Amino acid sequence: MSAPSKHFRFVATDRRVREDRRFVVGKGRFAADVAITGTKHVALVTCPYPAARIVRIDKAAALALPGVHHVLDGRELAAATSPLLAGLDTPNVPRRPLAVDVARYAGEWVAAVVADTRALAEDAAELVEVEYEPLPFVLDGEEAYAPGSPLVHEAHASNVLLDRTFVWGEVDKDFAESPYRLAFKIKWGRSSTVPIETFGVLANWDPWHEILDVYASIQMPRFPDQVALALKLPGSSVRVHNNVDVGGSYGVKRGIKHAVLAGYLARRLGFPIRLMEDRLENMRGGDAHGPERNFDVEVAFDDAGVIRSMKIRALDNVGAYAGRSPFQLGKPISAIVGPYRTKSVQYQAIAVTSNKTTQEAVRAFGQSPTNYAIERAIEEVAWHRGLDRLEVRRRNLIRAEQFPYLIPSGTTYDSGDYHAVIDKVLARADYASLVAERDRLRGEGLLAGIGIAACLEPSGANSTFEPLLNPKNETTTYSEGCRITVDVSGAVTVNIHTVSAGQGHETLVGTVVGEVLEIDPDRIRVVRPDSLSSLPSQSPVGSRMAIMLGGAAFHAAQKLKAKLIAIAAHDLNIPPERTVYEGGNVSDRATPQTRRSFVELVTIAHRYFHRLPPDTEPGLAFSHIIQVPTGGKLPTSDGRVQMYPCFAFEFHLLLMTIDPDLGKPEISRYVIGHDCGTVINPKIVRGMTMGGIAHGIGAALYEEFAYNPEGQLIAQTFMDYLLPSAHEVPEVEIVHHETPSPHTVFGQKGSGESGYLGAPAAIASAVNDAIRPLGLRVNSLPIKIAQLGDMIAAAKERMANSE
Amino acid sequence: MKPAAFNYARPKSLDEACAMLAEGDDVRIIAGGQTLVPLMAMRLARPKRLIDIARIPELAFVRREGDTVVIGATTRQCALEHDPIVRADVPLLARVLPFVGHAPTRARGTIGGSLANADPAAEIGLVAVTLGATLSYREGGATAEIPAAEFFEGPMMTALSATACLTAVRFPVWREAHLGTGFHEINARRSDFAFAAASAQLALDGDGICQRLALGIGAVTTVPLRLDGVSDALIGTRLEESTVRATVTEALAGIDPMSDLHCSADYRRRAAVTLAVRAITDAAKAASRGAHVL
Amino acid sequence: MSFEALRIELNVNGETRPVEVEPRTSLLDCLREQLLLTGAHAGCEHGVCGACTVLIDGTPMRSCLMFAVQADGYAITTIEGVTPGPGELSPMQDAFCETHGMQCGYCTPAMILTAHALLANNPAPTRAEIVDAISGNICRCTGYAQIIEAIVLAAERMRRLNQPASQP
Repeated sequence: MSAPSKHFRFVATDRRVREDRRFVVGKGRFAADVAITGTKHVALVTCPYPAARIVRIDKAAALALPGVHHVLDGRELAAATSPLLAGLDTPNVPRRPLAVDVARYAGEWVAAVVADTRALAEDAAELVEVEYEPLPFVLDGEEAYAPGSPLVHEAHASNVLLDRTFVWGEVDKDFAESPYRLAFKIKWGRSSTVPIETFGVLANWDPWHEILDVYASIQMPRFPDQVALALKLPGSSVRVHNNVDVGGSYGVKRGIKHAVLAGYLARRLGFPIRLMEDRLENMRGGDAHGPERNFDVEVAFDDAGVIRSMKIRALDNVGAYAGRSPFQLGKPISAIVGPYRTKSVQYQAIAVTSNKTTQEAVRAFGQSPTNYAIERAIEEVAWHRGLDRLEVRRRNLIRAEQFPYLIPSGTTYDSGDYHAVIDKVLARADYASLVAERDRLRGEGLLAGIGIAACLEPSGANSTFEPLLNPKNETTTYSEGCRITVDVSGAVTVNIHTVSAGQGHETLVGTVVGEVLEIDPDRIRVVRPDSLSSLPSQSPVGSRMAIMLGGAAFHAAQKLKAKLIAIAAHDLNIPPERTVYEGGNVSDRATPQTRRSFVELVTIAHRYFHRLPPDTEPGLAFSHIIQVPTGGKLPTSDGRVQMYPCFAFEFHLLLMTIDPDLGKPEISRYVIGHDCGTVINPKIVRGMTMGGIAHGIGAALYEEFAYNPEGQLIAQTFMDYLLPSAHEVPEVEIVHHETPSPHTVFGQKGSGESGYLGAPAAIASAVNDAIRPLGLRVNSLPIKIAQLGDMIAAAKERMANSE
Repeated sequence: MKPAAFNYARPKSLDEACAMLAEGDDVRIIAGGQTLVPLMAMRLARPKRLIDIARIPELAFVRREGDTVVIGATTRQCALEHDPIVRADVPLLARVLPFVGHAPTRARGTIGGSLANADPAAEIGLVAVTLGATLSYREGGATAEIPAAEFFEGPMMTALSATACLTAVRFPVWREAHLGTGFHEINARRSDFAFAAASAQLALDGDGICQRLALGIGAVTTVPLRLDGVSDALIGTRLEESTVRATVTEALAGIDPMSDLHCSADYRRRAAVTLAVRAITDAAKAASRGAHVL
Repeated sequence: MSFEALRIELNVNGETRPVEVEPRTSLLDCLREQLLLTGAHAGCEHGVCGACTVLIDGTPMRSCLMFAVQADGYAITTIEGVTPGPGELSPMQDAFCETHGMQCGYCTPAMILTAHALLANNPAPTRAEIVDAISGNICRCTGYAQIIEAIVLAAERMRRLNQPASQP
């Protein structure tokens, strides 16, 4: 049930996002805006073949161009650096910024040219002559998995990076005892979140301090230490500047190879080095592609359409190398049954290499493809039993009174009321009239369908899929730190230790600290010190910052508040229970006129040691490093573990028409119900959901990194990789619901992935509902107009012929 | 994506521009740059010298000349969108212009640039072929004319030599009383290059019988097509949908549609039929409303 | 063969700015790197995303598709040129803050300039007209809803101020 909204002073109120002020005047500080005198520029030489041995690199012509300083190749870089970290235990699949002896995808970076300007660097890059010996290659994931296919990494002796089957519960028994079963295959095509800003990094080595300054468009846990590791520098020799604005990331800005490359060049050459990907470098060789996943699903169910057990085989084609991307098969274990009461699950997670661009973490880290599969399963069951798709969902959904709910893979969902959210959405949408409208459109000769999706957003993040998929990695910490200081004048400053890409963390933290201290958030300064001055942070991944940064800020503020109270109690000579804290001032409950103002307390803390309680440090400085709630445990031997702590819920409902002659789908109505617990800033959360839906529309209908049989990426520019414009995103109504989380300081859950988690599933559902009368189904994303057109035409012809 | 280096010249007259063009190797004209600059950024085009004709006054104009409207090659697409002569006398062009790229690209892009670029999916080229426009160009000192249908030779290929410069395009004006236009295209997103497009202009007599018809199909084959056979078959009819559909289907049965990342040849063929029927239907409705309406 | 740099004068935000540029330098790069007006952003450098939008004589255009040497003789307006003064926001900029019509801010200057141009010609646009006007500017963060709301709000406020949404 929805808890009534607590009365908050600042949390959950409609506050402006303070970061917006700098963006509307063009004063965002993006990586390309950071200027250091003497900077040199990098352009990349890329491999034209999907697989090739690098026989020879001739740099002479390039180096002869005036203004060119260096041409770096893979061997030189490999001799001076360590390989980039991989998540799985795959020592024979090393990953480096530049290919060493073998290039493994078309577009892979083979050499880096450094010149006075980017234009000159590109001129020189064209003059670098590389002799290649093309090698056999494999592009398709299933082919790469099959024995006998060309090996992307010979030393690894296979293309399989991960092949692990989990069995949670009595799957075989549940299947045997169920009256019905069905199986289907679907495919999630290769797309990504493609931010408008490409990845960029500026690196500058100061040999006197022995510090490498790094300014990067980054969203990545452990970025400073991975840069240091690769460059064989002590951790304290890398200083990442967190006060850089990132022009969108949604997971993919993990430019570790770019940063290592630039960092090496900066040290080697003694200049500041800027590597700003251009769009071609980004699309082909930036290593920011998303999941490309085949699902084979089998479900066992009963007459009523209740799914008892599920088997999922998920095979993901991660491309030529892997960092963390295979873990995108692991994180969805967090919500492997979706919002449903499925009793047992068998899950086979397979990650394979192929000669395609390397994959990176994409918004929701594999949950959206998984939701697509789970929702398709529910719809298949409904079709099979001839039941209403909403009714089947209702029968399968976890009920409100069942929370906290333990799912077969070991995660407990914290809270939720899925039925209430659905009811609200149906009411807002006037579901009966939506159905009537669909039927009316069908009567007019159009194809029309209603799309439905019920999905979870695991939030809070945790690293448990790391030990789950790589037992050699025993990490169980996933922390976030926050530090608050009050200076001698009473000015409150909060330090946060990560970069943001528009998520409004400064606003979040100001609001939280203001709430605890009962002071106007706009008076609270929020700054981002560099990584050397920072507390631990895992960066904004896994929909975690409201929970984790919010939590850390809350606790640090509580510590500050406690000290103010303690100072006041001591100075007023009253027991702490008699103090009343109000807006930073503390008074005596018995005699309210007896008080110490905030300014007085601050002054005592900083200047009047003689009035401090015994054993009290002077000053007002507090840190809190928070561990992820419910975290800290390793997986059991049968692969069960609590993954993420909090679970937001979303329910999508949309009406779509498809022109039967042209195959063009159009969404005419879209309503989403969203429950992410307490909403700390409504403007921010709404933006996340709307943006997530737009991403989902792109993944479902427009975006694909398509390859031709020769291994070339044919969607290399925005002319072929189609991003939704304002025309392609319909008006969306958001229906709000709140089931607070018991694990967080205000009951907040994450919302950074909302919309994206369910929109592709909902759109696929709508298309299939629309074309079902023709006996058709679409089994892959993205769904292309011409593909629909061809399918519909063929079906109509079949129907005409059979008459 | 920085272009390869080049020199830049801005001739003040057409004569000067033609002389520069004749001079050298690797010289290219730039007007709006909306298609050329991306090619240069990707280094697919690498002229050593760019001749900027965008501000040559004699090349930007819209004029009536007898039964034609003549438009200078460097006239901006956005200017044409709002031009009263175009709206009155070349209604098909006016109808189609909002579909050309986006407002910011129409603000710079020129009619001549689009024609010379010869993208098979370009709307302006389709209108030129549909209406039987004539293109004028200069080669050195000589001026020549060529019908639009002969101008387009293949994808991104025209009859212009490397040293020629498009100067104007001449559209015939239809004087019939009951005139209507129709345009439909199918693309992934609005304003993308179309997978298929159909443009139609027709005139009805006082009884609703088709007197005159021009139908063009774009983006389906490597050059825009004008379906004269369809015109011949439909003149004298009331343009009943089934007749139109059958006629267009037959006319398109023998063409060789393109097939690519976005769609199959069969899709293009079928879409062309659908779009042509819709374009003709819209044009007929507009014509029967009495005055020529966009 | 030598490629000469050219000396030109650009009129940017009402000021005459002399620059020396290679012909191949885009207007975008010239504004950003030589004039240090970093509000215009590079997103694709091939004219699709619109993040580089500036106003040329009040009309939105893609500055990545113009060479600086083509840009003399026009009134060029960047986001810096529509900002009233240090620490101040125009009604349009304030409206974008009110509705949170952005997240990462990368497409924002372009959106705001495009909105300015729209309202200068059409002080009471419909939602469809707004969508059309911004359809050449891609945003990956917001899904456009709060951007559209910002422009609606700005239009309302500017009408109420009885102030023409004047050409900056």
